[in-house]
Amino acid sequence: MLKGKNIPLAITFTVGLIMIVSFFIPHRPFGDIEQISLKWYSIIAGFTMLLGVDSLLGLHFRKVKRKEENWIHSIVLIAGFVMVVIAGVWGTIQYGSAFDERSFFTYIYNYFIVPLQSTMFSLLAFFVASAAYRAFRARNVDAALLLITAIIVMLGRVPVGELISPYLPKFTDWIMEVPQMAAKRGIGLGIYLGALGVSIRIILGIERSYLS
Amino acid sequence: MAISTSIWIWISALLTLAIYSFLYKDNPFYKFAEYLLVGISIGYGISVYWHNTIITKVYNPLVHDKDFLVIIPLLLGLLMFSRFFKNYSHLSRIPIAFIVGAGTGLSIPSSFEFLFKQVQGTMPTAFTIGNLIIIIGVITTLIYFFFSMEHKGFIGKVSRVGITFIMIAFGAAFGYTIMARISLFIGRIQFLLSDWLGIIK
Repeated sequence: MLKGKNIPLAITFTVGLIMIVSFFIPHRPFGDIEQISLKWYSIIAGFTMLLGVDSLLGLHFRKVKRKEENWIHSIVLIAGFVMVVIAGVWGTIQYGSAFDERSFFTYIYNYFIVPLQSTMFSLLAFFVASAAYRAFRARNVDAALLLITAIIVMLGRVPVGELISPYLPKFTDWIMEVPQMAAKRGIGLGIYLGALGVSIRIILGIERSYLS
Repeated sequence: MAISTSIWIWISALLTLAIYSFLYKDNPFYKFAEYLLVGISIGYGISVYWHNTIITKVYNPLVHDKDFLVIIPLLLGLLMFSRFFKNYSHLSRIPIAFIVGAGTGLSIPSSFEFLFKQVQGTMPTAFTIGNLIIIIGVITTLIYFFFSMEHKGFIGKVSRVGITFIMIAFGAAFGYTIMARISLFIGRIQFLLSDWLGIIK
Protein backbone atom coordinates (compact mmCIF):
# COMPACT_ATOMS: atom_id res chain seq x y z
CA MET A 1 0.00 0.00 0.00
CA LEU A 2 2.83 2.36 0.90
CA LYS A 3 4.52 1.69 -2.41
CA GLY A 4 1.61 3.23 -4.32
CA LYS A 5 0.89 6.90 -4.73
CA ASN A 6 -2.47 6.96 -2.95
CA ILE A 7 -1.17 7.75 0.53
CA PRO A 8 1.11 10.61 -0.64
CA LEU A 9 -1.75 11.98 -2.74
CA ALA A 10 -4.09 11.83 0.25
CA ILE A 11 -1.49 13.63 2.39
CA THR A 12 -1.07 16.36 -0.24
CA PHE A 13 -4.84 16.78 -0.50
CA THR A 14 -5.42 16.88 3.27
CA VAL A 15 -2.54 19.22 4.10
CA GLY A 16 -3.39 21.49 1.17
CA LEU A 17 -7.04 21.63 2.18
CA ILE A 18 -6.14 22.43 5.81
CA MET A 19 -4.00 25.34 4.65
CA ILE A 20 -6.76 26.73 2.43
CA VAL A 21 -9.51 26.31 5.03
CA SER A 22 -7.40 27.83 7.82
CA PHE A 23 -6.77 30.90 5.65
CA PHE A 24 -10.49 31.60 5.46
CA ILE A 25 -11.31 30.32 8.99
CA PRO A 26 -8.32 31.31 11.14
CA HIS A 27 -10.08 30.16 14.34
CA ARG A 28 -9.83 26.96 16.38
CA PRO A 29 -9.18 24.25 15.44
CA PHE A 30 -8.03 25.31 11.94
CA GLY A 31 -5.78 28.14 13.11
CA ASP A 32 -3.92 25.79 15.47
CA ILE A 33 -3.64 23.06 12.86
CA GLU A 34 -2.26 25.60 10.38
CA GLN A 35 0.39 26.74 12.88
CA ILE A 36 1.43 23.14 13.59
CA SER A 37 1.51 22.35 9.85
CA LEU A 38 3.69 25.39 9.14
CA LYS A 39 6.08 24.35 11.90
CA TRP A 40 6.23 20.82 10.53
CA TYR A 41 6.70 22.24 7.03
CA SER A 42 9.77 24.22 8.06
CA ILE A 43 11.28 21.19 9.84
CA ILE A 44 10.67 18.77 6.96
CA ALA A 45 11.71 21.28 4.28
CA GLY A 46 15.09 21.62 5.99
CA PHE A 47 15.79 17.97 5.34
CA THR A 48 15.57 18.64 1.61
CA MET A 49 18.44 21.09 2.15
CA LEU A 50 20.40 18.34 3.91
CA LEU A 51 19.82 16.11 0.88
CA GLY A 52 21.15 18.86 -1.37
CA VAL A 53 24.22 19.37 0.78
CA ASP A 54 24.83 15.63 0.87
CA SER A 55 24.64 15.53 -2.92
CA LEU A 56 27.00 18.51 -3.36
CA LEU A 57 29.57 17.29 -0.86
CA GLY A 58 29.36 13.76 -2.28
CA LEU A 59 30.14 15.16 -5.74
CA HIS A 60 33.18 17.08 -4.49
CA PHE A 61 34.45 14.17 -2.38
CA ARG A 62 34.31 12.03 -5.51
CA LYS A 63 36.20 14.71 -7.47
CA VAL A 64 38.93 14.73 -4.83
CA LYS A 65 39.06 10.95 -4.64
CA ARG A 66 39.40 10.58 -8.42
CA LYS A 67 41.61 13.67 -8.71
CA GLU A 68 39.35 15.11 -11.41
CA GLU A 69 39.78 18.58 -12.88
CA ASN A 70 39.80 21.35 -10.21
CA TRP A 71 39.92 18.77 -7.42
CA ILE A 72 42.07 21.11 -5.32
CA HIS A 73 39.27 23.66 -5.42
CA SER A 74 36.86 20.96 -4.28
CA ILE A 75 39.05 20.64 -1.17
CA VAL A 76 38.59 24.39 -0.63
CA LEU A 77 34.82 23.96 -0.87
CA ILE A 78 34.77 21.07 1.60
CA ALA A 79 37.19 22.86 3.95
CA GLY A 80 35.03 26.00 3.81
CA PHE A 81 31.94 23.97 4.69
CA VAL A 82 33.65 22.15 7.57
CA MET A 83 35.15 25.41 8.89
CA VAL A 84 31.75 27.11 9.09
CA VAL A 85 30.01 24.13 10.69
CA ILE A 86 32.77 23.79 13.30
CA ALA A 87 32.63 27.56 13.91
CA GLY A 88 28.87 27.29 14.42
CA VAL A 89 29.20 24.45 16.93
CA TRP A 90 32.11 26.18 18.67
CA GLY A 91 30.20 29.47 18.89
CA THR A 92 27.23 27.67 20.44
CA ILE A 93 29.44 25.99 23.03
CA GLN A 94 31.46 29.10 23.83
CA TYR A 95 28.83 31.85 23.75
CA GLY A 96 25.52 30.00 23.91
CA SER A 97 24.71 30.99 20.31
CA ALA A 98 26.65 30.77 17.07
CA PHE A 99 25.21 34.17 16.18
CA ASP A 100 26.86 35.94 19.10
CA GLU A 101 28.81 38.90 17.71
CA ARG A 102 32.05 37.67 19.35
CA SER A 103 31.88 34.23 17.75
CA PHE A 104 34.11 33.14 14.90
CA PHE A 105 30.92 32.14 13.08
CA THR A 106 29.77 35.79 12.97
CA TYR A 107 33.23 36.85 11.82
CA ILE A 108 33.02 34.34 8.96
CA TYR A 109 29.68 35.82 7.96
CA ASN A 110 30.88 39.43 8.13
CA TYR A 111 34.33 39.01 6.58
CA PHE A 112 33.91 36.06 4.22
CA ILE A 113 30.30 35.65 3.12
CA VAL A 114 29.24 39.33 2.91
CA PRO A 115 32.24 40.56 0.87
CA LEU A 116 32.33 37.46 -1.33
CA GLN A 117 28.63 37.63 -2.14
CA SER A 118 28.49 41.36 -2.72
CA THR A 119 31.63 41.24 -4.89
CA MET A 120 30.23 38.34 -6.88
CA PHE A 121 26.98 40.23 -7.49
CA SER A 122 28.81 43.46 -8.31
CA LEU A 123 30.86 41.51 -10.85
CA LEU A 124 27.62 40.84 -12.68
CA ALA A 125 27.30 44.58 -13.40
CA PHE A 126 30.12 44.27 -15.94
CA PHE A 127 28.84 41.10 -17.53
CA VAL A 128 25.20 42.18 -17.63
CA ALA A 129 26.25 45.47 -19.23
CA SER A 130 28.50 43.83 -21.83
CA ALA A 131 25.96 41.07 -22.57
CA ALA A 132 23.26 43.71 -22.90
CA TYR A 133 25.41 45.67 -25.33
CA ARG A 134 25.73 42.61 -27.54
CA ALA A 135 22.12 41.51 -27.17
CA PHE A 136 20.17 44.74 -27.30
CA ARG A 137 22.02 46.82 -29.90
CA ALA A 138 19.00 48.69 -31.13
CA ARG A 139 18.26 46.27 -33.96
CA ASN A 140 14.52 46.82 -33.91
CA VAL A 141 11.95 49.08 -32.27
CA ASP A 142 11.38 46.76 -29.30
CA ALA A 143 15.08 46.46 -28.51
CA ALA A 144 15.49 50.22 -28.87
CA LEU A 145 12.58 50.80 -26.51
CA LEU A 146 14.11 48.48 -23.94
CA LEU A 147 17.48 50.16 -24.23
CA ILE A 148 16.10 53.70 -24.04
CA THR A 149 13.95 52.87 -21.00
CA ALA A 150 16.93 51.28 -19.25
CA ILE A 151 19.09 54.35 -19.93
CA ILE A 152 16.38 56.76 -18.75
CA VAL A 153 15.78 54.74 -15.56
CA MET A 154 19.50 54.54 -14.83
CA LEU A 155 20.07 58.25 -15.41
CA GLY A 156 16.94 59.22 -13.52
CA ARG A 157 18.15 57.46 -10.41
CA VAL A 158 21.52 59.19 -10.12
CA PRO A 159 22.39 62.85 -9.39
CA VAL A 160 23.76 63.39 -12.90
CA GLY A 161 20.27 62.71 -14.25
CA GLU A 162 18.93 65.78 -12.47
CA LEU A 163 21.84 67.80 -13.85
CA ILE A 164 20.94 66.77 -17.40
CA SER A 165 17.30 67.73 -16.89
CA PRO A 166 15.21 68.30 -13.77
CA TYR A 167 12.41 66.42 -15.52
CA LEU A 168 14.43 63.22 -15.91
CA PRO A 169 13.89 61.87 -12.36
CA LYS A 170 10.19 62.75 -12.64
CA PHE A 171 9.95 60.98 -15.98
CA THR A 172 11.70 57.96 -14.46
CA ASP A 173 9.13 57.92 -11.66
CA TRP A 174 6.34 58.11 -14.23
CA ILE A 175 7.83 55.16 -16.18
CA MET A 176 8.01 53.11 -12.98
CA GLU A 177 4.52 54.02 -11.82
CA VAL A 178 2.60 53.81 -15.08
CA PRO A 179 3.83 51.74 -18.08
CA GLN A 180 6.22 49.58 -16.04
CA MET A 181 3.55 48.98 -13.41
CA ALA A 182 0.97 48.08 -16.08
CA ALA A 183 3.17 45.44 -17.73
CA LYS A 184 4.38 44.12 -14.36
CA ARG A 185 0.77 43.77 -13.27
CA GLY A 186 -0.16 41.95 -16.46
CA ILE A 187 2.79 39.58 -16.11
CA GLY A 188 2.01 39.10 -12.39
CA LEU A 189 -1.62 38.27 -13.11
CA GLY A 190 -0.50 35.67 -15.64
CA ILE A 191 2.02 34.14 -13.25
CA TYR A 192 -0.40 33.92 -10.34
CA LEU A 193 -3.21 32.55 -12.49
CA GLY A 194 -0.78 29.87 -13.66
CA ALA A 195 0.37 29.16 -10.09
CA LEU A 196 -3.25 28.90 -9.00
CA GLY A 197 -4.04 26.43 -11.76
CA VAL A 198 -1.00 24.25 -11.01
CA SER A 199 -1.72 24.34 -7.25
CA ILE A 200 -5.31 23.21 -7.76
CA ARG A 201 -4.14 20.42 -10.09
CA ILE A 202 -1.61 19.26 -7.49
CA ILE A 203 -4.06 19.28 -4.60
CA LEU A 204 -6.67 17.39 -6.62
CA GLY A 205 -4.05 14.82 -7.62
CA ILE A 206 -4.21 15.58 -11.36
CA GLU A 207 -0.59 16.72 -11.43
CA ARG A 208 1.55 13.93 -9.93
CA SER A 209 4.98 14.46 -11.47
CA TYR A 210 6.47 15.44 -8.08
CA LEU A 211 5.87 11.87 -6.89
CA SER A 212 7.74 10.13 -9.70
CA MET B 1 44.19 57.25 7.54
CA ALA B 2 46.54 54.29 7.22
CA ILE B 3 46.36 50.83 5.74
CA SER B 4 44.33 48.43 7.85
CA THR B 5 46.08 46.14 10.32
CA SER B 6 43.04 43.94 10.89
CA ILE B 7 43.50 40.39 9.61
CA TRP B 8 39.76 40.22 8.89
CA ILE B 9 39.82 43.32 6.67
CA TRP B 10 42.78 41.86 4.83
CA ILE B 11 40.96 38.57 4.28
CA SER B 12 37.90 40.42 2.95
CA ALA B 13 40.04 42.63 0.71
CA LEU B 14 42.05 39.75 -0.75
CA LEU B 15 38.89 37.75 -1.38
CA THR B 16 37.34 40.79 -3.06
CA LEU B 17 40.37 41.17 -5.33
CA ALA B 18 40.37 37.43 -6.04
CA ILE B 19 36.79 37.72 -7.35
CA TYR B 20 37.57 40.85 -9.41
CA SER B 21 40.56 39.09 -10.97
CA PHE B 22 37.96 37.30 -13.11
CA LEU B 23 37.51 40.56 -15.02
CA TYR B 24 40.89 39.85 -16.58
CA LYS B 25 40.29 36.14 -17.14
CA ASP B 26 39.40 32.94 -15.30
CA ASN B 27 42.23 32.11 -12.92
CA PRO B 28 43.02 29.97 -9.84
CA PHE B 29 42.49 32.91 -7.42
CA TYR B 30 38.96 33.45 -8.69
CA LYS B 31 38.26 29.71 -8.58
CA PHE B 32 39.52 29.58 -4.98
CA ALA B 33 37.19 32.41 -3.92
CA GLU B 34 34.29 30.95 -5.89
CA TYR B 35 34.56 27.46 -4.37
CA LEU B 36 35.14 28.95 -0.93
CA LEU B 37 31.96 31.01 -1.27
CA VAL B 38 29.93 27.92 -2.17
CA GLY B 39 31.44 25.90 0.70
CA ILE B 40 30.94 28.50 3.41
CA SER B 41 27.49 29.47 2.11
CA ILE B 42 26.14 25.92 2.40
CA GLY B 43 27.88 25.58 5.78
CA TYR B 44 26.20 28.79 6.89
CA GLY B 45 22.83 27.60 5.54
CA ILE B 46 23.10 24.32 7.44
CA SER B 47 24.13 26.12 10.64
CA VAL B 48 21.20 28.54 10.36
CA TYR B 49 18.81 25.62 9.77
CA TRP B 50 20.28 23.77 12.74
CA HIS B 51 19.93 26.78 15.01
CA ASN B 52 16.59 28.16 13.82
CA THR B 53 14.79 24.91 13.18
CA ILE B 54 16.33 21.88 14.84
CA ILE B 55 17.25 23.63 18.11
CA THR B 56 14.37 26.14 18.26
CA LYS B 57 11.53 24.06 16.82
CA VAL B 58 12.56 20.50 17.67
CA TYR B 59 15.09 20.25 20.52
CA ASN B 60 13.71 22.97 22.80
CA PRO B 61 10.03 21.92 22.54
CA LEU B 62 10.98 18.26 22.93
CA VAL B 63 13.40 18.60 25.86
CA HIS B 64 12.08 21.64 27.71
CA ASP B 65 8.33 21.59 26.93
CA LYS B 66 7.93 17.81 26.54
CA ASP B 67 6.10 18.42 23.24
CA PHE B 68 6.43 14.97 21.70
CA LEU B 69 4.44 15.99 18.63
CA VAL B 70 7.61 17.38 17.03
CA ILE B 71 8.94 13.84 16.69
CA ILE B 72 6.50 13.34 13.78
CA PRO B 73 8.02 15.98 11.42
CA LEU B 74 11.47 14.84 12.52
CA LEU B 75 10.68 11.27 11.46
CA LEU B 76 9.03 12.51 8.26
CA GLY B 77 12.15 14.53 7.51
CA LEU B 78 14.36 11.52 8.12
CA LEU B 79 12.20 9.57 5.66
CA MET B 80 13.72 11.79 2.95
CA PHE B 81 16.91 9.76 3.35
CA SER B 82 15.04 6.58 2.41
CA ARG B 83 15.87 7.62 -1.18
CA PHE B 84 19.30 6.12 -0.59
CA PHE B 85 17.82 2.65 -0.01
CA LYS B 86 16.34 1.12 -3.12
CA ASN B 87 13.74 -1.01 -1.32
CA TYR B 88 12.48 1.88 0.82
CA SER B 89 12.88 4.82 -1.57
CA HIS B 90 9.08 5.06 -2.01
CA LEU B 91 8.82 6.24 1.61
CA SER B 92 10.47 9.53 0.67
CA ARG B 93 7.24 10.42 -1.17
CA ILE B 94 5.48 10.94 2.16
CA PRO B 95 7.49 13.98 3.36
CA ILE B 96 7.58 15.32 -0.21
CA ALA B 97 3.76 15.02 -0.36
CA PHE B 98 3.52 16.94 2.90
CA ILE B 99 5.78 19.75 1.66
CA VAL B 100 4.03 19.99 -1.70
CA GLY B 101 0.60 19.92 -0.04
CA ALA B 102 1.52 22.66 2.42
CA GLY B 103 3.20 24.74 -0.28
CA THR B 104 0.31 24.55 -2.71
CA GLY B 105 -2.25 25.01 0.07
CA LEU B 106 -0.48 28.19 1.12
CA SER B 107 -0.12 29.44 -2.44
CA ILE B 108 -3.81 29.16 -3.39
CA PRO B 109 -5.20 31.77 -0.97
CA SER B 110 -2.18 34.03 -1.44
CA SER B 111 -2.58 33.79 -5.24
CA PHE B 112 -6.24 34.78 -4.95
CA GLU B 113 -5.25 37.64 -2.65
CA PHE B 114 -2.66 38.86 -5.13
CA LEU B 115 -5.01 38.58 -8.10
CA PHE B 116 -7.81 40.50 -6.37
CA LYS B 117 -5.44 43.19 -5.12
CA GLN B 118 -3.90 43.67 -8.55
CA VAL B 119 -7.30 43.86 -10.23
CA GLN B 120 -8.45 46.29 -7.54
CA GLY B 121 -5.32 48.38 -8.09
CA THR B 122 -5.99 48.49 -11.81
CA MET B 123 -9.54 49.77 -11.35
CA PRO B 124 -9.36 53.57 -11.67
CA THR B 125 -10.51 55.73 -8.77
CA ALA B 126 -10.26 58.83 -10.95
CA PHE B 127 -10.08 59.37 -14.68
CA THR B 128 -6.51 60.31 -15.52
CA ILE B 129 -4.25 59.62 -18.48
CA GLY B 130 -2.01 57.53 -16.22
CA ASN B 131 -4.90 55.32 -15.09
CA LEU B 132 -6.01 54.85 -18.69
CA ILE B 133 -2.49 53.83 -19.73
CA ILE B 134 -2.35 51.33 -16.83
CA ILE B 135 -5.65 49.72 -17.89
CA ILE B 136 -4.53 49.51 -21.51
CA GLY B 137 -1.12 48.17 -20.44
CA VAL B 138 -2.53 45.44 -18.19
CA ILE B 139 -5.10 44.25 -20.76
CA THR B 140 -2.70 44.28 -23.72
CA THR B 141 0.02 42.51 -21.71
CA LEU B 142 -2.46 39.81 -20.70
CA ILE B 143 -3.56 39.43 -24.31
CA TYR B 144 0.07 39.09 -25.43
CA PHE B 145 0.43 36.10 -23.08
CA PHE B 146 -2.87 34.58 -24.17
CA PHE B 147 -1.83 31.94 -26.64
CA SER B 148 -5.20 30.22 -27.11
CA MET B 149 -5.90 32.69 -29.91
CA GLU B 150 -3.67 33.26 -32.89
CA HIS B 151 -2.00 36.66 -32.74
CA LYS B 152 -3.38 37.92 -36.03
CA GLY B 153 -5.64 40.80 -37.04
CA PHE B 154 -7.05 42.79 -34.12
CA ILE B 155 -5.55 40.45 -31.50
CA GLY B 156 -2.18 40.76 -33.24
CA LYS B 157 -2.34 44.56 -33.09
CA VAL B 158 -3.38 44.51 -29.43
CA SER B 159 -0.58 42.10 -28.52
CA ARG B 160 1.89 44.41 -30.33
CA VAL B 161 0.87 47.15 -27.90
CA GLY B 162 1.37 44.60 -25.12
CA ILE B 163 4.93 43.93 -26.31
CA THR B 164 5.65 47.67 -26.14
CA PHE B 165 4.60 47.77 -22.49
CA ILE B 166 6.55 44.59 -21.73
CA MET B 167 9.69 46.04 -23.32
CA ILE B 168 9.38 49.19 -21.23
CA ALA B 169 8.97 47.06 -18.09
CA PHE B 170 11.95 44.87 -18.98
CA GLY B 171 14.04 47.94 -19.75
CA ALA B 172 13.15 49.48 -16.39
CA ALA B 173 13.89 46.19 -14.59
CA PHE B 174 17.17 45.91 -16.47
CA GLY B 175 18.15 49.48 -15.59
CA TYR B 176 17.34 48.82 -11.95
CA THR B 177 19.37 45.61 -11.91
CA ILE B 178 22.40 47.38 -13.38
CA MET B 179 22.04 50.20 -10.85
CA ALA B 180 21.83 47.72 -7.96
CA ARG B 181 24.96 45.94 -9.16
CA ILE B 182 26.82 49.21 -9.65
CA SER B 183 25.80 50.25 -6.16
CA LEU B 184 27.34 47.01 -4.84
CA PHE B 185 30.47 47.69 -6.91
CA ILE B 186 30.78 51.19 -5.42
CA GLY B 187 30.41 49.63 -1.97
CA ARG B 188 33.26 47.19 -2.64
CA ILE B 189 35.54 49.92 -4.05
CA GLN B 190 34.76 52.08 -1.01
CA PHE B 191 35.67 49.14 1.21
CA LEU B 192 38.98 48.61 -0.59
CA LEU B 193 39.96 52.29 -0.65
CA SER B 194 38.65 53.22 2.77
CA ASP B 195 38.55 50.23 5.16
CA TRP B 196 41.53 48.41 3.67
CA LEU B 197 43.93 50.95 2.16
CA GLY B 198 42.75 54.00 4.08
CA ILE B 199 43.12 56.21 1.02
CA ILE B 200 39.71 57.83 1.32
CA LYS B 201 37.64 58.65 4.41
